[in-house]
Amino acid sequence: MSSDAALSRRRLLQIVSAAALTLPLTGLRMPAARADVLPRSLDAETLTLEAWSDTMVPGEKRSPDDRAIAGVAAGPGAVQAGAVDMMRFGPVGLAPAVPALAAGLNAEAVRYAATVGVLPDPTVPPFVGLPFEHRTGLALQLLDTGRPDQLVWYGLAGIAMLAFHTAGHLSTPDAVRSGHPGLAWLDFPQPDADGLWRYPVFSYRRRLARPHPRTTRTGQPA
Amino acid sequence: MSVETVDVVVVGTGFGGAIPAYNLAAGGASVVMLERGPEMATEDFAHDLQVGTYTRYVDLINGDGVQVVAGNCVGGSSVVYFAASLRAPSFVFDRTGSTGRRRLWPAALTRAELDPWYDRVEETLPVAQQTWDDVPYAGGVWAAACRNAGHTCNPVPLAVDLPRCTNCNWMLSGCRFDAKRSMLLNYLPAARAHGAQVRPLHEVQLVGPATTPGYRYRVDYTVVDPSDYRLVQGAGSIEAKIVIMAAGAMGTPVILQRSAAALGGVPSAVGRYFSPNGDRVSMAVLDEEKLGSVLGLEREPGVAYEAFHIGKPIGSMSYDFLDGRLPEFERFGLQQIYFPSITNVLPEDGTGAEPQWFGVDKKTLSARWRSWLTVLALTEDDNEGVFGPPPPTGNFVRAAPTASVTTLSYRPNAATLRGWERSDAEIRAIIEKDGLGRHLSWVGGQPSLSAHPLSSCRIGDDPATSALTSDHELRGSPGLFVTDGSAVPTSLTVNPSLTIAALAERASVAIARCAAEAGIAVTAGVPAPGSA
Repeated sequence: MSSDAALSRRRLLQIVSAAALTLPLTGLRMPAARADVLPRSLDAETLTLEAWSDTMVPGEKRSPDDRAIAGVAAGPGAVQAGAVDMMRFGPVGLAPAVPALAAGLNAEAVRYAATVGVLPDPTVPPFVGLPFEHRTGLALQLLDTGRPDQLVWYGLAGIAMLAFHTAGHLSTPDAVRSGHPGLAWLDFPQPDADGLWRYPVFSYRRRLARPHPRTTRTGQPA
Repeated sequence: MSVETVDVVVVGTGFGGAIPAYNLAAGGASVVMLERGPEMATEDFAHDLQVGTYTRYVDLINGDGVQVVAGNCVGGSSVVYFAASLRAPSFVFDRTGSTGRRRLWPAALTRAELDPWYDRVEETLPVAQQTWDDVPYAGGVWAAACRNAGHTCNPVPLAVDLPRCTNCNWMLSGCRFDAKRSMLLNYLPAARAHGAQVRPLHEVQLVGPATTPGYRYRVDYTVVDPSDYRLVQGAGSIEAKIVIMAAGAMGTPVILQRSAAALGGVPSAVGRYFSPNGDRVSMAVLDEEKLGSVLGLEREPGVAYEAFHIGKPIGSMSYDFLDGRLPEFERFGLQQIYFPSITNVLPEDGTGAEPQWFGVDKKTLSARWRSWLTVLALTEDDNEGVFGPPPPTGNFVRAAPTASVTTLSYRPNAATLRGWERSDAEIRAIIEKDGLGRHLSWVGGQPSLSAHPLSSCRIGDDPATSALTSDHELRGSPGLFVTDGSAVPTSLTVNPSLTIAALAERASVAIARCAAEAGIAVTAGVPAPGSA
């Protein structure tokens, strides 16, 4: 058997494992309102997911005693942009796995802390108890493409960043109009009144380069 | 109970499916098109990045070493493409790959041979030539930067109704204004006018031998739930004298792999030699002051650019490295392109330190989003991609509604990497000359991110490396054709839609002849849609 085939089987197993994370719950026909965000509370799970989100797009603390947000950057971060809401947003499809992922982050934080010799603050979940640079250090380990479960952590990282850069759990026109912190950070433009974008003025209207001398009559490369 | 029969089944409704469907239906054949995605109306194409909107018809598919973006709806990737309509340069047809021995394209195919078919597609879509007045700001910046570095740069021909276009930059979400010439506006309505049926949410699983006398193939499909494509609502079969596979390069090879036993074997080249079209995306963050002082650009008083978000996504392109005198793997197109902010996870932060694509510095970079510029290098890869064993159903595993995983693996070899290094160096030289900006790599995803999946079931003269004859027929399976991107033998150094379409037009003549030989009353060589 070629190594290609063996690798492919390994890859297939990875895929099936990833699918197993969510598939058992797909038969549950959630009501029409499943797109709604699940109830949010400042429990250990939420704190952990917020700390992870803050590692991806850091923001300022919401209050002086904010534990999830490390407060290493000015302005809003992924937490303020709704990252945890997006992780629990039905259409994303990750919600059934979120408790396990938060637990996984904390288990990894314990392992990481023991490995590098830091003592996480014992009054909060282990990932939250890591200093920011060590949250980042652990994230780099989890996002290493050599890990078999990298795709799972990449998904969780991606959602945090998408919450900030796209407000992916919200209607974009509504999010922009209401000043969504991430879109505002990008200076994402405002839509027209009908929720669509149009730019009647869009071009310098100047010849800005010489075309290639072998361009065909219809503008094609030869 | 007898199974449904039809002259021709077409699997897929993108460029590769809609074009032969039109030609055969217009020629007189009965045609059924099976499409795994939903049918979207113009008003469904919302300007919205909320998950659950565009993700209904855009798939981001994760492989091992490669991520692929593809359409999933009636009209296929033509609905979500960026409409750049470019002919492959002449040298592409003579490519031999890193073996350097044998031409990878069929001997019968050259640019001159394909030009009449390109003409036909350009007239049908139709394709418009942008003037400099049509090129949006980002394309203007790229053109001016190319000029500043001693290069030429062209406006890109687009399949866009330019007067109707609002330059909204939402093309990945379809076109809300019916300005982008997808298959929804030309070949598909023309095929339907000739009686072709389109069946959305029909995901083909298997092709095998027919049981009805006089019919060659049975196509098995499932009907998927429109709210969750992982859920099956029904299943069925349809038998045909001719089957045309056009499920895209992420679908066709997988379905054929799964069908291998039923078909009595498929060529070993099915599922091998995949190409991401050499796509290599990188970006720049620009210095607004330098754009004004060096390039003389001013968008509005006191503002040179800050217009990343405005326009049609593809505006300008340098053809300077599309030069047949250069060695293979050192030829590439350099094209300005825009991706919505869903790709903002990908760029490096520019510090060179870890973490590269998340954290404080990345957030700082994001504050200058309006001054970003994205550049796509379309390079020559070496067809290194390989599909693993097919999943039990579907073209890939939908692990979650927004997370799809394919068995495709892609490991760029030294030849491909050389092309990437050369194109990176040229882009960097253009961007960083006179301090116009800072060139940044996309490092936050897989090594290869492609919106142009090609090959893996390709035409050619060598049965060892090509699953199809030069007429697009699957070797060993008479009457079974492949006309989508998977049939394209190599990367093209340009966006591939026009070439896929031209090849599908060319193949349609051979398919119609084959259909006639199979007893179908069909005429080959019908007029193009709208021209009769």
